[in-house]
Parts: sequence; C-alpha cells; structure tokens
Amino acid sequence: MSTPAYTPFPAAGNISDTDREELRRNGILLTSLEELYNWGRSNSIWPLQFGLACCAIEMIAAATARFDIARFGAEIFRPSPRQADLMIVSGTVTKKMAPLVVRLWNQMPEPKYCIAMGACAISGGPFKQGYNVLKGIDRFLPVDIYIPGCPPRPEALLNGLIQLQTQIKAEHITGPRAARHLRADAPSEYPIPEYGAHDLTPTQNPTLWSAPVPPRYPPVAPPPASAPSA
Amino acid sequence: METLEQLRERLAARFPAAQTVLATDPGAAAEHSLLLDSTHARDIARFLRDDPALRLDYCSNATGVDWPEKEITDVVKTSVPDPAGGPAKIVETKSVRVQPGYLEAVYHLYSIALKHGPVVIRLRTANRTDAVTLPSLTPVWRSCDFQEREIFDLFGIVFAGHPDLRRILMWDEFKDHPMRKDYVEPPDYEWEPTAHDEILEKAKAFRASPAATPLDEPSVASAKEGIK
Repeated sequence: MSTPAYTPFPAAGNISDTDREELRRNGILLTSLEELYNWGRSNSIWPLQFGLACCAIEMIAAATARFDIARFGAEIFRPSPRQADLMIVSGTVTKKMAPLVVRLWNQMPEPKYCIAMGACAISGGPFKQGYNVLKGIDRFLPVDIYIPGCPPRPEALLNGLIQLQTQIKAEHITGPRAARHLRADAPSEYPIPEYGAHDLTPTQNPTLWSAPVPPRYPPVAPPPASAPSA
Repeated sequence: METLEQLRERLAARFPAAQTVLATDPGAAAEHSLLLDSTHARDIARFLRDDPALRLDYCSNATGVDWPEKEITDVVKTSVPDPAGGPAKIVETKSVRVQPGYLEAVYHLYSIALKHGPVVIRLRTANRTDAVTLPSLTPVWRSCDFQEREIFDLFGIVFAGHPDLRRILMWDEFKDHPMRKDYVEPPDYEWEPTAHDEILEKAKAFRASPAATPLDEPSVASAKEGIK
C-alpha cells in the first residue's frame, strides 16, 4: 500500500481542485476539517510583541496604517508569550539575550512559529565576527521563515508572513505528515543555554543546527586505507 | 581657557605631592592630555570641577585603552673618531628594552557653564594583571557611572569607590575582557563567503584542527572548477 500523493491544499475526499471549483460555482462549498482549521489559524497569527534591534522598527512600521499587517490577521501583538503564536526575532541576538529569547519561546503554547527577521537574526549579520553576538537564532530555535535584509522592508515582513500562512495552510492534522506541534516526538521546548565563562554553553543546539557545508565544497577523499589492494 | 601646560603648572602648585604629566599627542589631532597621579586623582578631579576658572562640570566620555607590553629598540648613534685621521665613523648601538604594559582610563571633560573644553585627563594602572585598580571618578561626575562599568567590563580596570561596579554589557559569569589586545575569541568559527584575509586565515587554521567539519576555501574550490 503506497501513501497517497502529497497535496498542499487537501481537498475533501478524492475530489480534485477543479471539480471542487466547479461545485463552488454552483453554490456547493466542500471543505475538510483540516482545511477549515488551517484557514482559521493562518488568518489569526498573533505575534509576540518584542523587538531586539533596528528590525523591530520595520516590524512596527509593518503594523502601522501604511503597511497594515492587520490585512493578514496578524495585528494583535501580544505582550505575553502565553498568548502568542508567532515569534518574530527582529534584530541582533546578543549572547546575553539569547537565553531569554529561548525562554520566551519555551513559554509560548503550541502551535507556534518562528520568523528570523533580518541578517542578524539569520546569521549574526554584520556583527558575525563579534564576540558577543549569536551567529543566528537558528542555533537554538527552529526557524520557519527567514527574511533577509538589513533591515528587511515592511513589505518583506508581510511577504514572510504570507509564506508562513502558506506553510500553515499546508499542514496536516494526522498522518506521517502531521504538523510539528501534533507530533509527539517533536519537542516543544528547547534547552536554554547557560552563561559560561567565555561563551554560551552549549554554543548551539546540535539537534537543530550544525555548521553549514558550503555548496561548492569539493569532497574530501577519505584517509587512505592501511593496506590498499589492487 | 588656559593651556594645558598652564593648567599643569597650576595643579603642581595646588597639589605639590601629586605627579601630573602633560602627555602630548604628536599626531595631527594634537589631543594633548594630562596624566594624573592615581592617588590624588579624585582630589584633582574635584578641583577641576569646582575651580571658578575651569568649572569642568561635565564628563562627556570615559573610555579605556589597553597598552600591552612592548619591546622598544633604542638606537644610539655615536661618532667614533678615526685614529688614522679620516672622517669620523658613526657607530649605531642598539639596545632593546621592554616597556611594561598598562591600562589607561581616559576622561573627556567639558564645561557647560563656561562653554569650553575638552580637557582630556588620563589615569594609568601599574600593570595589566594584578594592580589594575584606579580611583573611580563617579563621585565627582555622575555621568561616569555606566562608562566606568563598561571600562570595568571590557578592559578589566577596577574602579575603587564606584557605587555599583558590575559588568554592564557581558553577563556576570563572563571571565574575559574582550577589548583587551590579548583577548582570545571563543572558537566558534563558521565558514562564510568572504574576502577578508584575517577570516580566511582563521578558516585555514580551523580546517587543520581535528574538530573541523568540512570547510571550504573559496580559492581552492574556484581553482578546481576552473573559475578565476
């Protein structure tokens, strides 16, 4: 028995999207619980209200009338992690701040999502070589959407939000492709790094992050065996 | 305002026990400064603040400088007369001395009341390891509070008499002083596309270490692919 083909927008039963559209034109709306559930969730993402650096200014601009993040249902910035669905890591994460960011993430209820906004949150950005800046929040948190820019414009944040909505709409409730927050084996909380004498301990969460292999890397030949035979 | 030399003479008359040196800046900026005796520094600072001709009531900036131990080669030229009666030879004798390292705290003072400044004063520690205590000037200028904490954090100068001497930028458990010249960064190198020699050197060193994950050196990869 083979698993059914993955459809990003699961329709009810075996009806194809074209058939469903045909039915909709005739006044019959077919949907599934999964679709309805994801539709509701993706249009009321409540971000956590916190900013770390200059990217937060762009995040604030995205919330104002000119860009109006409310068009996408994400205008309710919650001052408490207990009421938030989305963590927008907007700005430089210093090593001193990193444990607090992870703690806030742990305090958020599932389902929750993380956006790394800007070069600093992605990789450390212009401060990557510094002694006090975390080289990307993905060393400690599972990041769903990366928004490049220094800082990204509000449109870029809105685009990232739409990407996140697309991702949420494609999530499944059951089965092997169930969303992360519905899988028992996927962790909801992540270990909080501790302040060490020279650096954070540990410096990264090895289950989440490992050093990147550059795309153009020539493969290293394995060390020669002790007795090569012809 | 009087010149720093005049000010130094006035200080020498007012505080005969204190050693005040005029530290000249040979550069184009000519930011000359007064090197104060650390035992009398707070009295002198109070004098600078309260003296009616100076009234340096505002410390706009306090920062640290790290001067590591340095080898200095002195060249002394002596002319030796030729016994045969020819022209005198010039003989160079080189002597190497080690100038011990020290830390400095630098304060920039202005007068808001009389609209003049800056007057730059410096305090110097005895060495960089154990005798790193200087008198705090926070009791004189309130604005030194956070800046002296920052110097304490990043350079490791201990300010005696500071009301709340804690690290301000790094966490309390942190042991190093990152702005010192001999600070060693934690080994958290990560490959990145860069043209900076210093980082490429780091990449080479890291690649040789046994803990290295496969790392790229763009020049090598480019050469293999025939990209110039």
